[in-house]
Amino acid sequence: MTTITAAENPSAITPPERKPVKGSRSSTTTALLMLVPAAVLLITFLLIPIGLTFGLAFTNARLISPRPAEFIGTDNFVRLFQDETFWKSLRNTIVFAVVIVPLQSACALGLALLVNVKMRGVNFFRTVYFLPVVTSMVVVSMLWLFMYQKNGLINQVLLKFGIEGPDWLGDPHTALLAIILMSAWQAMGFHMVIWLSGLQTISADLYEAADLDGAGTWQKFRYVTWPGLQATRTFILITITISAFALFTQVNIMTQGGPLDSTSTLVLMAVRTGFQQQQTGYASAISLAFFVLVLAVTLVNRYFTRDKDVVR
Amino acid sequence: MNATPTGPVTDIAAGTGTVAGTGTLAHVAETAVPEHHRGGERPHPARAGLGLLLRIVLCLVFGLPLLFMVVSSFKPDLQIFDDLGSWKAFLPTGDISADNYTGVFDRVPFAQFMMNSVIITVVTVVLGILVNSMAAFALARIGFKGGGIVLGIILATLIVPFETLALPLLWWANQLPFLGPDGFSQGWLDTYQVQIIPFIANAFSIFLFYQYFDSIPKELDEAAKVDGAGWFRIYRSIVMPLSGPAIATVAILTFLPMWNQYLWPLMSVQTEELRPVMVGIDYFKQLNTSWGQIMAYATMITAPVLILFIAFQRSFINSMASSGVKG
Repeated sequence: MTTITAAENPSAITPPERKPVKGSRSSTTTALLMLVPAAVLLITFLLIPIGLTFGLAFTNARLISPRPAEFIGTDNFVRLFQDETFWKSLRNTIVFAVVIVPLQSACALGLALLVNVKMRGVNFFRTVYFLPVVTSMVVVSMLWLFMYQKNGLINQVLLKFGIEGPDWLGDPHTALLAIILMSAWQAMGFHMVIWLSGLQTISADLYEAADLDGAGTWQKFRYVTWPGLQATRTFILITITISAFALFTQVNIMTQGGPLDSTSTLVLMAVRTGFQQQQTGYASAISLAFFVLVLAVTLVNRYFTRDKDVVR
Repeated sequence: MNATPTGPVTDIAAGTGTVAGTGTLAHVAETAVPEHHRGGERPHPARAGLGLLLRIVLCLVFGLPLLFMVVSSFKPDLQIFDDLGSWKAFLPTGDISADNYTGVFDRVPFAQFMMNSVIITVVTVVLGILVNSMAAFALARIGFKGGGIVLGIILATLIVPFETLALPLLWWANQLPFLGPDGFSQGWLDTYQVQIIPFIANAFSIFLFYQYFDSIPKELDEAAKVDGAGWFRIYRSIVMPLSGPAIATVAILTFLPMWNQYLWPLMSVQTEELRPVMVGIDYFKQLNTSWGQIMAYATMITAPVLILFIAFQRSFINSMASSGVKG
């Protein structure tokens, strides 16, 4: 703040030529200098790898190999489309996303509504609901791996209610569901917070007006809250979907894709081929499929939200 | 989803302006907008009671597994299994000891893992704040021809999840040369830098800084320029000191994923001495699994994050909320 007071002192005024103007050469030089570190890093570790995903997918590149990669056309894709594990992984990835998106976003909205009230101790509840979010997925996966055991904590709790739980992770029918439930549990607090910040952008006047009109709780939710959350909804939809597609850690720690590939995912498959089997070219083809999936979701979503903006 | 998203980030940026205090987002954690129970109308006592019950049940759902982890870390394996059928699973009863913790230290080089994680995380956070804020400063405050395009490209990369790039990046990292203290070397695999340098520049951090810097009155720059200050001085002495909330947000949003990182170090580092804590957990899955030790290890690697979270709760929650514009 001292600079402002100094500026009021006439003796401190410098000759005009020392004052850089926006767009002047020295300003541009400084701007570029300050941009260079980030630009070099982003190009090297983001833009080039994006390009490589496309480029390597058409080669037989291997992770560690004395021979340079050769162009092999669409061989990787031909192999990919004939690979049964790929279709299973793609199916699992999509099922995971399709189930977890509504489940997690709806539950998170419920949580947000529950903690969006003036009440003593509400901060405590928020903090507890948020705890799993700051806990690493690695830790959460190990913990739930134990809890999901045949006679583990979850089945013991279910037994108290007279339910005999399945062998969650050992049964191909329940393994993916088990991973979905755990993932929703871990990330719900994050989306609760985002819903919450969306809820708080809705003007209190609207609720007062609704009260005057004699609207009930459900009507207020339907006609004030829900429309007011449109932007938040779009965002939550996109983030949950994309992070669902990226499913890896849980699966790698808990099931390694099993049993019978019932929990294999695109990223797990990419890591298997590209890292363990060192087939970078093939892994890039899988990554590309994943990338196309993400892009499709983003574009579809963008299309629908643009449409809605016009209607509104 | 344009270059000017609405929502929390705009709020932090617009809300604080010149004061390096708390952002508008603080309201997310701080104030509750009374939603359903407005206008003097009090909820029915039975319904309020039901609501409270629901909140408490949910507390158990989210809190108990973590409590179980911490409590079990002090019990011998046999007792962990015996206690599963009752509330004892969540209570430190019976044969309580720190044996599992000493067991962890015997089994893995825990101190080394911990130090690696701290080095990787701290260096990335510090350099990330520096590099990304400088880039954002150049874009938001200095401006130059083509700056808009650069910002557009940066924002466009936000939709690309790291996982799509991980495998090509792994191959690429193996091709890169490096000039270190030991001279010139080829290939970045099995190093510290492979765990740090790719994560320093971050499009989302640049975007957060950009939003914030853009909201600080430009008159400050003018005044400083009249005073003879160059752009670097303005950055260092005016803009950065005013950007506390943005720095905190970027620090937290870099810290959490870096500390919790798993996929990348799993692939890029094979040398035990360079591994971070998250990858270390794989050691416990091999040969005679001791769940008590796993819980002890999990507790120890979660503790730093939990302590920071409890200490800076509000900043954590606000930072996460501000990531709500990503995409």
